[in-house]
Amino acid sequence: MDFNTKFTPHTWPDHPEQATMEGKNKIVGFWIFLACEVVLFASLFATYLALKNKGPAGMEFTTQGLFDLPLAFAMTMLLLTSSLTSVYAIYHMRNFNYKGMQTWLAITLLLGLGFLALEIYEFQHYVHLGFTFDQSAFATAFYTLVGTHGFHVSLGLVWITTLLIRNAKRGLNLYNAPKFFVAALYWHFIDVVWVFIFTAVYLMGVIG
Amino acid sequence: MSSHDTPVVAKSQAQFEYDRHHNAVHMRKQVINFAIMIFLTFIAFAVVAAGFSKYFIAPLVLLLACVQVVLQLYAFMHLEDKKTHFGGVIAFFMWMGILIAFTFFLAFLTIIWW
Amino acid sequence: MSSYTQKKGFGAAVWDYITTVDHKKLAVMYLLAGTLFFAIAGFEALLMRIQLMKPNNDFVSAGFFNELLTMHGTTMLFLAATPLLFAFMNMLVPLQIGARDVAFPFLNSLGFWLFFLGAVFLHLSFFMGGAPDAGWTSYASLSLYSPGHGIDFYVLGLQISGAGTLISGLNFIVTIITMRAPGMTFMRMPLFTWTTLVASALILFAFPPLTIGLLMMLVDRMFGGNFFDHTMGGNTVIWEHLFWIFGHPEVYILVLPAFGLFSEIIPAFSRKRLFGYSSMVFATILIGFLGFMVWAHHMFTTGLGPTANAIFAVATMAIAVPTGMKVFNWILTIWGGSIKVTTPMLYALGFIPSFVAGGVTGVMQASAPLDYQLHDSYFIVAHFHYVIVGGIVTALFGSAHFYWPIFFNRMLNEALGKLTFWVFFIGFHLTFFVQHFLGLMGMPRRVFTYMEGQGWDQFNYISTIGALMMGVGVILMVINCLMSIKGKPAGRDPWGDGRTLEWSIPQPIPFYNFRQTPLVRGLDPWWIEKQEGNKEATFAEPIGDIHMPNNSAIPFVISLGLFIAAFGALYNTDADKPWSIYVLIIGLAITFGAMIVRSVKDDHGFHLHKEDILEIEEQLYGKGGNK
Repeated sequence: MDFNTKFTPHTWPDHPEQATMEGKNKIVGFWIFLACEVVLFASLFATYLALKNKGPAGMEFTTQGLFDLPLAFAMTMLLLTSSLTSVYAIYHMRNFNYKGMQTWLAITLLLGLGFLALEIYEFQHYVHLGFTFDQSAFATAFYTLVGTHGFHVSLGLVWITTLLIRNAKRGLNLYNAPKFFVAALYWHFIDVVWVFIFTAVYLMGVIG
Repeated sequence: MSSHDTPVVAKSQAQFEYDRHHNAVHMRKQVINFAIMIFLTFIAFAVVAAGFSKYFIAPLVLLLACVQVVLQLYAFMHLEDKKTHFGGVIAFFMWMGILIAFTFFLAFLTIIWW
Repeated sequence: MSSYTQKKGFGAAVWDYITTVDHKKLAVMYLLAGTLFFAIAGFEALLMRIQLMKPNNDFVSAGFFNELLTMHGTTMLFLAATPLLFAFMNMLVPLQIGARDVAFPFLNSLGFWLFFLGAVFLHLSFFMGGAPDAGWTSYASLSLYSPGHGIDFYVLGLQISGAGTLISGLNFIVTIITMRAPGMTFMRMPLFTWTTLVASALILFAFPPLTIGLLMMLVDRMFGGNFFDHTMGGNTVIWEHLFWIFGHPEVYILVLPAFGLFSEIIPAFSRKRLFGYSSMVFATILIGFLGFMVWAHHMFTTGLGPTANAIFAVATMAIAVPTGMKVFNWILTIWGGSIKVTTPMLYALGFIPSFVAGGVTGVMQASAPLDYQLHDSYFIVAHFHYVIVGGIVTALFGSAHFYWPIFFNRMLNEALGKLTFWVFFIGFHLTFFVQHFLGLMGMPRRVFTYMEGQGWDQFNYISTIGALMMGVGVILMVINCLMSIKGKPAGRDPWGDGRTLEWSIPQPIPFYNFRQTPLVRGLDPWWIEKQEGNKEATFAEPIGDIHMPNNSAIPFVISLGLFIAAFGALYNTDADKPWSIYVLIIGLAITFGAMIVRSVKDDHGFHLHKEDILEIEEQLYGKGGNK
């Protein structure tokens, strides 16, 4: 059997992403990479917490004055929902329903794009208020932490889009199944990081 | 072993239907997990919006965040999958990362103090 | 004649090395690159020692001395010791676990090229307006205000080569988890593979804080960030924390594989199973874990408070326990063995007391009150050179002799090897032993000169003589390596005492490593086979098709793109260089373009058929194949 073997729903294996050694390696490798990302984000979080509300003498910006709960709530809902839609995509991949998988991944992309748009709006709003990147240590730490997450989101969007375009015409096989699976794992991880951002940055920020 | 050695096996109709059913049941569970996550998020935002004491809110939202992350890791990302993750090695790495991350928070919140 | 057995021209051979994904060729490349940077950093050390030979010397200027000490430390740790250990890891780990290659051959090549081009970038600073000069720790309170581009070279160069190291570490972890041959359980893995696994896990968790720290430094220096600027609410101590959260595990990243190498050499030449194998594994994991909980012992004098200092002091002393377990296990392996004092064994015997000396002075510094006295003195310099030279460099030299036949199918000259050992070893102790006393007498580290009449002159003179001896030792070693080109083929298991799978492979090793995947029947599988009178490893499968990865030039192109982009980022802060932004964009475009090509182009690898294998083996080992 080759990577390009054509399958039918009846011959499609239960766990197509793990049917080949390459697929298994890819998934293990990606999990290890995620463990590394945990520590990467932890460094940023720890720095943010140490620099929260720190700035030059007489700085008027604080987390309490700055952050807006409804916006953070909307962003959270978009990203959480996109996590579920990527689960649906993998569900359809397991059932060898390529159309279904494409559709749900496209929905995931739209939700991710919505999240990113809100984030850009938020940053622009803050800059408009005078809370620029070089305004204070707090500003630098905030933009770096949330911006790094936003960068991960955009990377995920580009990644999934590339996957969809590349495989648009050729359907599912054992070569691309692990790729879709790993992209979905990445998307869940972005959500995990966001859970900590909305808790540690926004919620804890609003209560001071 | 490479892809070369993976045999193509056609499933019997009964097996096929069983697998489909199994996947569907699994998917239903995922939707319930998602509902729980949304609910937890909602509580977290609600207690903050309601303006309770910060000594009540802070530990509560942190706890909710941890529950949600564990749900994501185990329900959506299948960290518990022992068979395909080489007997918990992956989970070990993940938890090690989380433990090290925790020491960073502890240190940065306690000994960076001026 | 098939394409596999044809001789290649010179250009084709170079192209082959640039595009290769074969772990053995990459190991050789790591070895060469590591040796190059080792020589450069060693030369820098000699210049510093000559400057310090006598009081009030003016051999180099104060500013250049700062650049020398910064580049010596940075190069030795990131660009010499790490790649040299990676050379052994790349070569040995797949062979020891019975795999045909690493889990991600493409990433292996990418890791090498990122490391190499990052290292070249860092070294170009010498010719482009001055090298970094804030010490290898590059504390923010110094480096933020360092004029010129030196620190920018440090930040960007380390960012690129650090990414390469991280990628390689991840690759080793996955390789060891997923690619083990049948029967190779975790508790049957050779100790070098174990230490590689733990060291790679440390890389995985230690490099992200460095990446973030460098990112913050980059943002502060180039884009007006305020992480470390106290007038804007920042805090320079954050850099110290992030750097040492990385920096302390980095020491274990280097020393654990060195322990692993000695744990291979000592049983081989004591001709005895490693004493306390499972306690060795346990100690390795424990050292790895504790290595993350002690970083603040580098910052005792920063003013963290007595509670924090006490906690970190106790945690630091705790590391002495698993390390002591290892030392006793090595001694008990030698005890009662049938010892052959070959060159590698000589290095191992020299290593044990030297490393213990370095470890014991480490426990002294772990005591925070005493550290206030010793901090930033030559005592510290003596301590970490005892650990690094006595632990890691002896391991590298010893295992270069031990594993030379695996790398090149040649033996190094034993007589010259022993001479090298004695010259280097005596030189090493001469250099650094007296530095303990210099430190206790109050000589601070990182000074470019000193006044006479403080009682330091004699010891500094002795130290320089020792450093020159070490230089001679390294030259002898290089001569020995070059001489081996003319040597006779070594053949399979030339020491006769090989214990693990890498010795069971006939020489020269074919590019697919194992014609048939071996079956592992216990710890030290090749020793077991030899005990049972077998001339060949036991195989787990019949001869069949082998799936191998394709070569690729993409890793080189990705790294080259980042290399170019780094120049753009570096000069972006200069108002008179408006072209720099285009360089940055072009470089990043090359990198992302190459990544997209990699994503959309299918790469299935190829299958090596049974007939090809038999033909290759006939060409390598003569008619009748490998019997």
